[in-house]
Amino acid sequence: MTLLAVERIKLFTTRSPWWCTLIALALTVGFGALMAGTADATEPLNIAATQFGYGFGLVVVMVMATLAITTEYRFSTIRATFLAVPNRPSTLVAKATVVAIMAAIIGELAAFGSWGIASVIKPDIDLTINTAYEWRAVAGVGLVYALSAVVAVAVGVLVRHSAGAIAVLLIWNQLVEPLVQLIPKVGDDIHKWMPFNIANKLITGDPDPTARNVLQGPPPSDAVLGPWPAIGVFAAFAAVLLGIAIVVANRRDA
Amino acid sequence: MIEAVGLTKSYGKTLAVDNLSFSVPTGRVTGFLGPNGAGKSTTMRMILGLDTPTGGSALIDGKRYRDLHQPLRTVGALLDAKWVHPNRSARAHLQWLARSNKLPAKRVDEVLEIVGLTAVANKRAGGFSLGMSQRLGIAAALLGDPQVLLFDEPVNGLDPEGILWIRKFMHRLAEEGRTVFVSSHLLSEMALTAQELVVIGRGKLISQSSTEDFVAQATENTVRVRGPRLTDLRAALAQAGVSTRDEGENLVVSGMDCADIGELAARTQTVLHELSPQRGSLEEAFMQLTGDSVEYHTEIADGPTPATLVPAGK
Repeated sequence: MTLLAVERIKLFTTRSPWWCTLIALALTVGFGALMAGTADATEPLNIAATQFGYGFGLVVVMVMATLAITTEYRFSTIRATFLAVPNRPSTLVAKATVVAIMAAIIGELAAFGSWGIASVIKPDIDLTINTAYEWRAVAGVGLVYALSAVVAVAVGVLVRHSAGAIAVLLIWNQLVEPLVQLIPKVGDDIHKWMPFNIANKLITGDPDPTARNVLQGPPPSDAVLGPWPAIGVFAAFAAVLLGIAIVVANRRDA
Repeated sequence: MIEAVGLTKSYGKTLAVDNLSFSVPTGRVTGFLGPNGAGKSTTMRMILGLDTPTGGSALIDGKRYRDLHQPLRTVGALLDAKWVHPNRSARAHLQWLARSNKLPAKRVDEVLEIVGLTAVANKRAGGFSLGMSQRLGIAAALLGDPQVLLFDEPVNGLDPEGILWIRKFMHRLAEEGRTVFVSSHLLSEMALTAQELVVIGRGKLISQSSTEDFVAQATENTVRVRGPRLTDLRAALAQAGVSTRDEGENLVVSGMDCADIGELAARTQTVLHELSPQRGSLEEAFMQLTGDSVEYHTEIADGPTPATLVPAGK
């Protein structure tokens, strides 16, 4: 608990988490409003569509999570941290936990904010969250953000430089995963097991009862796992990556 | 008490610290002296568990740093004053440190008061001058009221006022019975601050002794004698087995103090115009001892010594 408090103080006494939170919320809720405002009879508004900005928010949350650890390396406060708490694994687990909780809160605010603003803009459309799929599509955002934040912290520990770590995460999330599909024959099969694509399954659902087109919500995942096994696999992926990061940080000279 | 036993650190083929053994006695200020690149900072990082030694070990009161429970209560360290997030306030920086070792929140205000930063406690640390950063670093080191303190080049880059403040502070800490281990590449600074000296060069131990002994050993004490006619005295000195040399019109005597030379002069009825003890400069002594162990020699033979020429590498 002490270490969680320490990491909480560290996170909230710098400015970047606040900025990232604001930007993430502006993007997601903004897209929610945009989707609601542009919806018409041919492309009716639905719950999935309100979450259109979820992927953009995810990127900002990962930047926030990466900076939480890479700025410690940048300003050597990681050394001050290891002097105060020589147990590096506990410290890094605490860091990942606090950042994940922060990401989860941003995710829930973003998801319910987007859904709420859409409901306000189009009060005559029924946006009540009823099915398990609809609940996952909205409430699941926090979980995906939290686990992605853990991935980002792990990459931050391994790379140590803000620009490098953010580049790795964004290129992977935004370029490698979509572009891997272009590989002939095996591309699609590889894509089905890409970590962020798997995480996406929780939000975009299986089966997708709305049978919407791409503009009505985040691009659907083609992962073969069901939504909950998929997020389980992503959680395991995040845990393994964090484990590797901790082993490396523990051996490395601070 | 800090004890290094066979401490070794290599980076690839470069040996930064080479089988270094020394001890830092309790309740005294011990200077850690060596030219730039001698391995002082690396040694301190190994003592503090930041870097893992390639061989040997460093123990603080018999324990490895990484085995200490709430280490800030045992050891305070200032390795680099810039290890602070520039957008965090001085108070916030100390707050998370205090929390990590379960120190009471009011201790933060106490140490801010001790180092005189109370007025700027809520200002962002990034805007601090080097002197203020150094004070903040010392405040952080003092948080847990530790008995052992380590400082790496604390006066480096400070203005005279800052240097004086740090020097007085070290003395105060030692008077309180704390163990202080402070590194520097400036012997003159250490001679004023430290009671004990651990001298290293190129990662190897050169000497460990009290500052007094080190200075006495390292510097040649001579007496300058001036007079209109020194022939008899010179002969008497030679008879007594004391070596002398001429320096212009003066006679430089080594190995005999002023009193004895004066009596010898009276016995030989020599008129003296001057009889004054000469002390070799500390920097010279330091250079003599570490001369071969400076990592990067300069080509300038009569220029400033490398010890004063190059700013310390961190």
